[in-house]
Amino acid sequence: PTELLTLTPWLAPIVSEGTFDPELLHRIYQPLNLTVGVTVFAVGKYTQFVQHFLESAEQFFMQGFRVHYYVFTNDPTAIPRVRLGSGRLASIIPIQGHSRWEEISTRRMETISQHIVERAHREIDYLFCLDVDMVFRNPWGPETLGDLVAAIHPGYFAVPRQQFPYERRPLSTAFVAGGEGDFYYGGAVFGGRVARVYDFTRGCHMGILADKANGIMAAWQEESHLNRRFISHKPSKVLSPEYLWDDRKPQPPSLKLIRFSTLDKDTDWLRS
Amino acid sequence: NVFSLISTWQREESQSQDTHSVVLQRMQLEKKESSERDCHLDTCRIPEVPRLVYPKAQLLKPTRVDVLVMTPWFAPIIWDGTFDSAILDAQFRNITVGLTVFAIKKYVVFLKLFLETAEKHFMVGHKVNYYVFTDQPANVPQIPLQEGRQVVVLEVRNYKRWQDISMHRMEMISNFSQQRFLREVHYLVCLDVDMKFSDHVGVEILAPLFGTLHPGFYRGDRQSFTYERRPLSQAYIPRDEGDFYYAGSFFGGSVPEVYRLTMACHQAMMADQANGIEAVWHDESHLNRYLLYHKPSKVLSPEYLWDERMLRRPPLLRKLRYVAVPKNHAEIRNR
Repeated sequence: PTELLTLTPWLAPIVSEGTFDPELLHRIYQPLNLTVGVTVFAVGKYTQFVQHFLESAEQFFMQGFRVHYYVFTNDPTAIPRVRLGSGRLASIIPIQGHSRWEEISTRRMETISQHIVERAHREIDYLFCLDVDMVFRNPWGPETLGDLVAAIHPGYFAVPRQQFPYERRPLSTAFVAGGEGDFYYGGAVFGGRVARVYDFTRGCHMGILADKANGIMAAWQEESHLNRRFISHKPSKVLSPEYLWDDRKPQPPSLKLIRFSTLDKDTDWLRS
Repeated sequence: NVFSLISTWQREESQSQDTHSVVLQRMQLEKKESSERDCHLDTCRIPEVPRLVYPKAQLLKPTRVDVLVMTPWFAPIIWDGTFDSAILDAQFRNITVGLTVFAIKKYVVFLKLFLETAEKHFMVGHKVNYYVFTDQPANVPQIPLQEGRQVVVLEVRNYKRWQDISMHRMEMISNFSQQRFLREVHYLVCLDVDMKFSDHVGVEILAPLFGTLHPGFYRGDRQSFTYERRPLSQAYIPRDEGDFYYAGSFFGGSVPEVYRLTMACHQAMMADQANGIEAVWHDESHLNRYLLYHKPSKVLSPEYLWDERMLRRPPLLRKLRYVAVPKNHAEIRNR
């Protein structure tokens, strides 16, 4: 047994190295002929991350499965062509750029839900919505598949819920009261069965719209809304911080294998 | 699980006939095929839960370090301390659970204690249908029942041999699954009658497909499991295979999954009969074969099936929830 909790109180698995048998899972999932989708948003200067993201995904993400990357960008010409393995596709989808980075960040939920309705539900079974300024460093496989999947934020897995950076103003639809909360989940990774991801992103988008109408923007934009929603619609599977790591942090012994992590970068410059 | 899909359609948000909900419904229908195949791989429901107050789980503090709480295919192994009933009850509100129990010939004598203790401990607060299969409907005792719970008496034939009575449960459950359970309940729990409930047995057990660890084998090596070892039998399991030894007295799941399991076991037993062989532990042998090749989405610890006369209770068993009632085997069988 690992030193990490492996089950949430509502009996959702918490996935970390040593809790699963990759071969067994492969034997279970392979015959299902699944296609796994990935959405990433590469707007403005974030287009520079696509190459590294895709190349590392080609090495580590869902090996042996059909994969479809959806790259949303305001500048399709800036997206490099990356060689993909067999059964793996990439689609570049133009979206509107925005002058304010907060605008870009709060439009993703809407864009994803619309994209599912218009197209993705016909092409994929499972969908992961990932941040693009990240790389895969180790295998990310079918152990991550589930109805509705969240990932624990690397910055808050060891602190009490009162210290989670939830939205604390009751006016916002993302408001979380002091005594509420399970884990602080990261906005950079979430996913699940495509119909569930649709429900989830649509719900978040509605909350974001309501906030907009009330002239308020949640403390961590979509991540705040995501966290609010994961309290009332608990994920059926939770990924440990192995699946969403921050390379600037020292790796604790309880995390055995970092699979997906941030690239060190200058956020001020990127958002300018 | 078909029912989780249906409940998604009917959620309040999708009431309005806007494009989104129409497409969502179409998506659900299209995906029903594939999701029924892999639905057993995901155990948790995602209905909305209201604001609740409960202690926060700590990622760095596993709740149980003395036992395995999850199989390598992510099925939770249910032990005391691993689950929070407040959250689970909220996630499983508005479900109806069917409990099947067979009281044939002299076994009717066990019904009273079984049902009385079930009223105290089994799925309290949820809707329950007790399906009592019996060859003597007149001998089914009248038990006061809590609200939302009812006893349905299903008259069936008996068999001369107790082994046949035990094995034909599979056939009877599969028949009734199709005919009525599918329409009446969300989950089925299939139990032995010569038992009583002594502690909480709740929605933490519910999953598309679940089995229970047999109390005699939870610590053993797979070579020591009393699987059927003759290749001629449909229940055959080779010595180098096997995850757990599951008990024939406690299994269940969603109605479609229980239907598949009981149908498969019944057909396997018919094939064995045609080949002149009877598996060493009858329906339990076939159940074990099925669950080896169709991995359960939850596994219940021996808290959920114990026999205090046969086994000394180890410290890792914090609760005894469903236990054997003493009986005289010679007296009660084949009479």
